[in-house]
Amino acid sequence: MAFSNDEVLAGLAELITDETGIDASEVALEKSFTDDLDIDSISMMTIVVNAEEKFGVTIPDDEVKNLKTVGDAVNFIVAGQE
Amino acid sequence: MTTLKQATGAAYTRIYSVGAARGENAVPNDDLIGPIDSSDEWIRQRTGIITRTRAVPETDAIDLSTAAAVEAIEKSGVAPSDIDVVIVATISNPKQTPSVSAIVADRVGANPAAAYDINAACAGYAYAVAQADALIRAGAATHALVIGAEKLSDVVDPTDRSISFLLGDGAGAVVIGPSDTPGISATVWGSDGSKADAVGMNHTLTEFRDGQAPWPTLRQEGPTVFRWAVWEMAKVAKQALEQAGIEASDLAAFIPHQANMRIIDEFAKQLKLPETTVIARDIETTGNTSAASIPLATHRLLQEHPELSGGLALQIGFGAGLVFGAQVVVLP
Repeated sequence: MAFSNDEVLAGLAELITDETGIDASEVALEKSFTDDLDIDSISMMTIVVNAEEKFGVTIPDDEVKNLKTVGDAVNFIVAGQE
Repeated sequence: MTTLKQATGAAYTRIYSVGAARGENAVPNDDLIGPIDSSDEWIRQRTGIITRTRAVPETDAIDLSTAAAVEAIEKSGVAPSDIDVVIVATISNPKQTPSVSAIVADRVGANPAAAYDINAACAGYAYAVAQADALIRAGAATHALVIGAEKLSDVVDPTDRSISFLLGDGAGAVVIGPSDTPGISATVWGSDGSKADAVGMNHTLTEFRDGQAPWPTLRQEGPTVFRWAVWEMAKVAKQALEQAGIEASDLAAFIPHQANMRIIDEFAKQLKLPETTVIARDIETTGNTSAASIPLATHRLLQEHPELSGGLALQIGFGAGLVFGAQVVVLP
């Protein structure tokens, strides 16, 4: 079963909270991983690997640097399910 | 017809002793932050490193190797003349030939032991242990001196934000010989040259000679290496445990290559190590010393926790190539 945009956002927020301690309510589509959420590249990779497992998608290393905002990640994951 | 004689060796091997030598200077983060526009906090948060040991200009990898080897040989009880093979794992010898190993063999009194250097980056020590174990069990050698040695401060760029500030200098040495009981498990090792660009030197020496590039230094794609080093290497570590016939709960110690504290922490999490397993964290004050990091970390663990002696340790090296090697050993 495919996850909806809202479900991916909620799931991603959970993963971000687990890795960084950032409150899930802070995680919104327009937020930048680095500038707004202050997530470093290593934490980002941990979140990516956990997201792959959670949503059953593949996110290649080269793609990770294109995921600037939470919305970018949600879009990529939702598209990746298809 | 005359029958050819072939050698056979000991049934089992083990590590007899460990020796260590670190660069003379403890270099704090504050000494490196200027050219990379960083802070002590930034480096600590991303790497767990507080200081790294770096050698003075007069000290080279051969000196560090010799000092570590002398300690290991002395503790082993093996006469230097009984060592018949010397293997040095290194990527930072600025002189391509002769080898570090031949000179060290002579300096420690093991001349005319067979001697050769290997290049398997941060997996070099695990590779060399695999070779020593195999050589002794095959009857090609009786006692091996295995050294991981680096003077990485010769191949750093102070303005590089990817890896240079992690690197340190040092050498760790072990003596390996025959044993009545199993002391070194089967090695799980391999490579993935499709990721050769993920970590390594940024230029060749010929480019430097021809004025086309500055002095070659190390670089890495940090996030790519991190993903591989944790999730791919966790699979390798589990295979090594399986081949050794043990569970994670049997481990007295976990001694991964000291690449980055964040890798070590996440790796340990993936392996679900019990709280009783002591995790080597020598990187905090030694930095990343590539091929030297596992024996240096082992030496420190045994100094701080002598009760670990006789216990099982999983050691795993991984790095430029990409290459990896893991085995379980009985700690000396």
